[in-house]
Amino acid sequence: MTASLTRRRIRIINQICWTLALCIVAIPFVFPFLWMVSSGFKSAAEIFGSPSLVPREWQWQNFIDVFKHQPFARQYLNSLYIAVTVTALTLLVSSLAGYALARMRFAGAALVALFLVSALMVPEEVTIIPNFFMMRWAGLVDTHWPLILLPTFGPQGIMATFLMRQYFLALPKELEDAGKMDGLSRLGVWWSIALPMSRPALAAVAIITFLNSWNLFLEPLIFVSSLDKFTLPLALSNFTDPYGMPLWHLQLAATSLAVIPILVVYIIAQRQIIESFALSGVKG
Amino acid sequence: MAGALPIRDTARREDAPWLTLKMREAMESWLFISPTLAGFLIFFVGPLIAVVWYSLTEWNLLTQQATFVGLDNYSDALFRNPDFWHVIRNSVIFAIGLVPLNMALALSLALALSGRFAGVVIFRTVFFAPVVTSAVAWAIVWKFLLQGEAGFINQMLASIGIDGPNWLREPNWAMAAVIVTRVIKMVGLNMILYIAALQAIPRDYAAAARLEGASGWQIFRWIIWPLLGPTTLVIMVITTIGSFKVFDHIYQMTGGGPENGTLVLAFYIYQQGFQFFDVGYASALAMIMFVVVMMLTIFQLVLRRRDT
Repeated sequence: MTASLTRRRIRIINQICWTLALCIVAIPFVFPFLWMVSSGFKSAAEIFGSPSLVPREWQWQNFIDVFKHQPFARQYLNSLYIAVTVTALTLLVSSLAGYALARMRFAGAALVALFLVSALMVPEEVTIIPNFFMMRWAGLVDTHWPLILLPTFGPQGIMATFLMRQYFLALPKELEDAGKMDGLSRLGVWWSIALPMSRPALAAVAIITFLNSWNLFLEPLIFVSSLDKFTLPLALSNFTDPYGMPLWHLQLAATSLAVIPILVVYIIAQRQIIESFALSGVKG
Repeated sequence: MAGALPIRDTARREDAPWLTLKMREAMESWLFISPTLAGFLIFFVGPLIAVVWYSLTEWNLLTQQATFVGLDNYSDALFRNPDFWHVIRNSVIFAIGLVPLNMALALSLALALSGRFAGVVIFRTVFFAPVVTSAVAWAIVWKFLLQGEAGFINQMLASIGIDGPNWLREPNWAMAAVIVTRVIKMVGLNMILYIAALQAIPRDYAAAARLEGASGWQIFRWIIWPLLGPTTLVIMVITTIGSFKVFDHIYQMTGGGPENGTLVLAFYIYQQGFQFFDVGYASALAMIMFVVVMMLTIFQLVLRRRDT
């Protein structure tokens, strides 16, 4: 009786120690977010030198000034519509190709797959210079086209293709065969049978693609130069005074505005989102 | 429905009676895959060939056009330009600092969080949160925290009597700061991969060993760790490759400085190509990066094959 009681007590103490240790490790993961929001509410005068998490005076004005400093609403919208477009396109293109690679027999299928896989190994920094000249030749510099096309068809899109292929391979074939018997075309089978069955894979592709586009930095930096075409990551680094020094209170307010919606969605759907990353496995 | 079946089928075949079923299938597959394939050729294969050609030319603001110079850009990088080896040194230091730290932390967190106890989900959510955050946002906040005297971290250090350095203004501290903040940003990803691998290990293994009297450390060292081998290998290579590609984080936090102390390969390519417009030289750098990443990947494949 006493033995089991002490054992239980040891276990509880053990548990508390572990939890405490994890809480300490968690500080550098959580604190930057808290400090970001808190500093976004501080005045330019208070932002340095007051190590308090609660601002002395809540400067709601910062969140208005953010939109006056540059066309931030427009830039926000740019990021949003680009991310949605890239996600929709990637879902379409990668599920079509993934389906063909998983289900259809054609000469050269293995070779095509091998070719595509090889693209996964090459960082986009390697091909970005020729891509820039191609886009310039096509008159697409300082438009959003490169930010849509390159992620959709680059390593990102190919990764999505293989994720879809993997999922299609694991699906039972019988239902699709039945659909074919009923006179559905290949496209019909793909659309009304294979796709509805692969929602988890589609969701994973959508989540990862959206986040990647939302956070994309190198491509906007290279291809976009006018303020009203900026995307969020580019806009965030642009809250500076005429001498190039950061206007911290505005920058941190803007960063909060950019980060918090994503975090809220993440916290609500954390299981799904984390699983999507685990499924894709390979990333930066 | 079933009755209508043969009629439909023949009707379809009469659309194109010269096509055999096999040919039709092949044609349809190519149609399915053609958007991906076209994009692949235009945005990947073409540029990859082009970058090889560019790297063999002299092409900058002065020349304005590409003139063939053979391997000059490569020998410039390897033998003449001292910046190159400085950059390689920085990239290697970054990788050597980041990879072990990232992996050790990821594995420790995974071991702590692979079980079931109250709060496990909260902790996983917390440690993974920076992964979904934009690297630019993350770097902005850390840059702010690491400001010279007035920065939060130095104020905290001052309050316990430590005179903190001006983190991002001294080359060595800047490198350390970039590495550590990058680890915090990305460790959640490897943690998740390790948790998945740990959960795939049957519980009986550890239970049996415990019955035999093995200690926790022995179970880890002789059962868990070997079983994690393949995962560790994959994570190691992915993380190393990722560390060679790091750009946005450094661009935002240090801009490659101070005194080029955090100028890494990806940043150097960007700088030479898009700030100094030395296209030929930048392309040669890109090819060198390509070879490095390729070798790492092949190394991984060879090791994996030997394992199985």
